[in-house]
Amino acid sequence: MSANQDGTNLLEVRGLTKIFGTLTACDHIDLDIARGEIHALLGENGAGKSTLVKMLFGSLEPNAGEIFWNGQAVRISSPGAAKKLGIGMVFQHFSLFEALTAAENIALSLDDGSPISSIAAKARALSFSYGLPLDPDSLVGDLSVGERQRIEIIRCLLQTPQLIILDEPTSVLTPQEADKLFETLERLRSEGKSILYISHRLEEVKRICDRATVLRHGKVVGHCNPREETASSLARMMVGNEVQAVVRAPVEGIDKAQPLLEIRNLNRKPATPFSIPLKGINLNVRAGEVIGIAGVAGNGQGEFFETVSGEVLQQDAASVRIRGKDAGGLTITGRRLLGAAFVPEERLGHGAAPRMKLSENLLLSRHATDGKAFVGSGGMVKSAAIQAASQRIIEAMDVRKSAPDPEAAALSGGNLQKFIVGRELDRRPSVMVVNQPTWGVDAGAAAHIRQALIELSRSGSAVLVISQDLDELFEISDAIAVMHNGELSRPIPIAEATFERVGLLMGGAEPGHAEHTLETA
Amino acid sequence: MDITVNILLTIATAATPLLIAAIGELVVERSGVLNLGVEGMMIMGAVGGFGATYLTGSPWIGLLAAIAMGAVFSLLFAVMTLSLATNQVATGLSLTLLGLGLSGMMGTRFVGQPGERLPNLYIPGLTEIPVVGRLLFGQDPIFYISIALTAAVMWFLFKTRTGLTLRSIGDSHTSAHALGIKVIRYRYLAVIFGGACAGLAGGHLSLVYTPQWVENMSAGRGWIALALVVFASWRPWRVLAGAYIFGAVWIGQLHAQAFGIPVPSQFLSSLPYLATVVVLVLISRNKRLTMMNTPASLGQPFVPDR
Repeated sequence: MSANQDGTNLLEVRGLTKIFGTLTACDHIDLDIARGEIHALLGENGAGKSTLVKMLFGSLEPNAGEIFWNGQAVRISSPGAAKKLGIGMVFQHFSLFEALTAAENIALSLDDGSPISSIAAKARALSFSYGLPLDPDSLVGDLSVGERQRIEIIRCLLQTPQLIILDEPTSVLTPQEADKLFETLERLRSEGKSILYISHRLEEVKRICDRATVLRHGKVVGHCNPREETASSLARMMVGNEVQAVVRAPVEGIDKAQPLLEIRNLNRKPATPFSIPLKGINLNVRAGEVIGIAGVAGNGQGEFFETVSGEVLQQDAASVRIRGKDAGGLTITGRRLLGAAFVPEERLGHGAAPRMKLSENLLLSRHATDGKAFVGSGGMVKSAAIQAASQRIIEAMDVRKSAPDPEAAALSGGNLQKFIVGRELDRRPSVMVVNQPTWGVDAGAAAHIRQALIELSRSGSAVLVISQDLDELFEISDAIAVMHNGELSRPIPIAEATFERVGLLMGGAEPGHAEHTLETA
Repeated sequence: MDITVNILLTIATAATPLLIAAIGELVVERSGVLNLGVEGMMIMGAVGGFGATYLTGSPWIGLLAAIAMGAVFSLLFAVMTLSLATNQVATGLSLTLLGLGLSGMMGTRFVGQPGERLPNLYIPGLTEIPVVGRLLFGQDPIFYISIALTAAVMWFLFKTRTGLTLRSIGDSHTSAHALGIKVIRYRYLAVIFGGACAGLAGGHLSLVYTPQWVENMSAGRGWIALALVVFASWRPWRVLAGAYIFGAVWIGQLHAQAFGIPVPSQFLSSLPYLATVVVLVLISRNKRLTMMNTPASLGQPFVPDR
């Protein structure tokens, strides 16, 4: 299938280099893509995958190196030039316009002047022939991420590209939606198109890719046939060393433990026309357990976190209870004083003030709960105590940094996340709520954070983890609940949970599933 | 009957400069750029229009000069905010201050000079029709331009591919860039169009409204035009409605003051602002429509990383 018909590859990249300031994001990358193959580009977050494909698609200009298309040296100076050559791209962070319809979004990327209605008809026909049904007249802001991705794919296919670049396409899909995507990709391969498939999910790369190029710290560390490798050998190539496995011992008699976090019939109206309402959510998190909340992005997880953390207050004070006390009317500080801790999804600007030092960020989040320890009489800040605590967190979480007390923005994403999670763990909270604990964090740091969350629960705290990463939830949770369209399923004990069952719930297989009572869990 | 026609005519005259400046700014903001310099571009148009008329004797050349003046002045804003990525709010404010000062300096020799008014349209037979004749066929040329412009902008934004592209840039310039759309080029053209409109609106003031040059004669109309765009939730026909409501209440309160109604004149003078805001807020109650029409990237500088 991946044989070269006339000896030349469709795309050849030689010595491609991109430098941002002091960071060499891509360092002399070589890459060959043959006709009719699915070629995987593997690497951890920050390995340079996205930078490389942005250069191939013309949105970044390389500092050095050459690109050959059908054997001819080319300069791809803009996305328009890439499209003209026959390179199409499906973006990781969707490049769609929310306020426009699907058809208008598609029309924008086509250069011909044909009217919107005929483009809509073409898009509808193509989408059905690939089994990706699409309503061209719907407003993108109203669509789920899976449907948005369909628009991107259809938009890309309408340009009849020879090479399609997909950047982490399954990170926003349910397992069933991902299967559908793989069928489409295999069909495209059989039509002779080439696909550059970017991912850090090893199982799917083994399943559909013919060849793989592995990147680490901006360099190519190997080419291989993923079908001949094991997941762990691929992981070793990506990470450079073995990743410590997370250990989770099952706990006994959790049913009798006291619930420390109770959500009772929580409702919330949508704050903006494009946000999700929360409908009758019930959930208990008991001392000693980790509950995971799975779901496709944009199904109300962000809204749920805001109501639980106290960023948004509830009318009904009893809808959120922390350690047996009504907390629905309390602010974040009020809830923290009850013994809860929160880690939001966004690290910079939400979890930490970017231009402030780590020690200052520590004081910002804990001045109320640790008032006596950090703030002396007359409101004077005790910097020695804060420095000591900050140092303690840095050591406990193995935060790597370049200066003794750097600004939050100076840390890499993974290291900042370790600090932010560590900042809360350091308080030994009895209730911990984390949204996307390891988003964009490298494998080693992610394992560290996951292990720390499990240990916190085993020491008698209630831990609630909201995540899009199903592997992560299966690794750390004692039970998994699924959020779909603002409703939460009852938690499935981990022994009974399978990818398929959780995936079906993520896709909305059980609408109205919020009505289940907790007692049956 | 004649009084009614006269009042309607003065309302149209009061509304026209607001409408033109606001429609121009609407196109600018739909592309995602916030130009707070409307007042400055307007007053530059006014002085340019008057000056060219005074020097050449032709108000038609004055009209073209007003448009050119606004466009050139807006180019300054475009270079600063688009090419040099300066803060749009600060740059717009300084453009207004610069325009007010510069126009005052350029206009010193025109103060107190007689001006020449753009002639009203006159079509024999039609203009003489009672009542509607003067309303439909007897107004100044800029009035007709303003109505045609509103219709053209509506058609352009919502019916043409280029208009769709412009709206998409206002919604998300990063997505537009990723598709290969030339964000900066579109925004330059939009800003210059907005400047030309503001200049034309200024020309209306010094060539039609009060055909003379008075320092500071724009008197805050640029700011009203800016507010109209926002309260009209970036929709052309609502801008038209807003401009005419403002014009109507403005003329109404002038007449009320002349009749000596026992209400403080300060209150009457504030009525047009109040009425416009209330009406436009009432028609923009639909949150979803407002969201869809608000340019999400408004005011954010765009620097493509390369």
